[in-house]
Amino acid sequence: MNANLVSQGIFYFFAALTLGSAAVVVFSRSLIYSIFGLLFTFFGVAALYVFLGADFLAATQMVIYVGGILVLLLFGVMLTHKLYDLDLKTETFQVIPALLLVAAVFGTLILAMTRTTWFSGAVRQPEPTTAEIGKLFMREYILPFEVASVFLLIALIGAAMIVRKGAE
Amino acid sequence: MIGLTHYLVISAALFSLGIMCVLTRKNAVSVLMGIELILNSANLNLVAFSKYTAGNLDGQLFAVFTIIVAAAEAAVALAIVLSMYRLLRSVNLDRADTLKG
Repeated sequence: MNANLVSQGIFYFFAALTLGSAAVVVFSRSLIYSIFGLLFTFFGVAALYVFLGADFLAATQMVIYVGGILVLLLFGVMLTHKLYDLDLKTETFQVIPALLLVAAVFGTLILAMTRTTWFSGAVRQPEPTTAEIGKLFMREYILPFEVASVFLLIALIGAAMIVRKGAE
Repeated sequence: MIGLTHYLVISAALFSLGIMCVLTRKNAVSVLMGIELILNSANLNLVAFSKYTAGNLDGQLFAVFTIIVAAAEAAVALAIVLSMYRLLRSVNLDRADTLKG
């Protein structure tokens, strides 16, 4: 009973962390603040994955998003601004129409989610998922797995081609 | 008790914030950050449904594929942003209007 209450508290803490730092990403004027907000959003989402019993995905989220994509975005910011441009401000535009549109989208989503009675099957009990995911990748999902690896190779070569000096 | 709806609401809020970021920012890198938020919200939905309605791991596999596509997308988009900066000396998306008739 008491443990249940504690786990609920932790869940709400991570939900608030995720959404609060996502709000920092969207509304902060400084690009560096935005990127660090994104860091905490990724941490929060990884914690929510742990709550959902997806331990492999939580680790993958940490490694790929925090270690890869975030560093890539930081490179993007640093390479496209002058170094003495310390504050790195970014402009916003059309804030009021965007806010109205987003509120409409959010309201529609919430309405659809709360009105629908979702099929509730057996809730999966939390247990280690890594071995099971590996087996699924090598059996049922072998074709998408191979396609994804070729796709990553194509993206790698394409990105290198695009940024190469004198490619045009 | 934490149920499916909790995760769906968090995911919807994250998606809305991502749309907001894409719509209001002028900086190309900021728009990319909004897209990452949207992809994360989709992933959260997939994993939540995988636990609460399917009861198997298929949703988590889909989430892994989404992460793969997000990584490739970030790399290629950053390459495009860098070459745009080299061409225009700016990452303001309104400046990339050469194809405008």
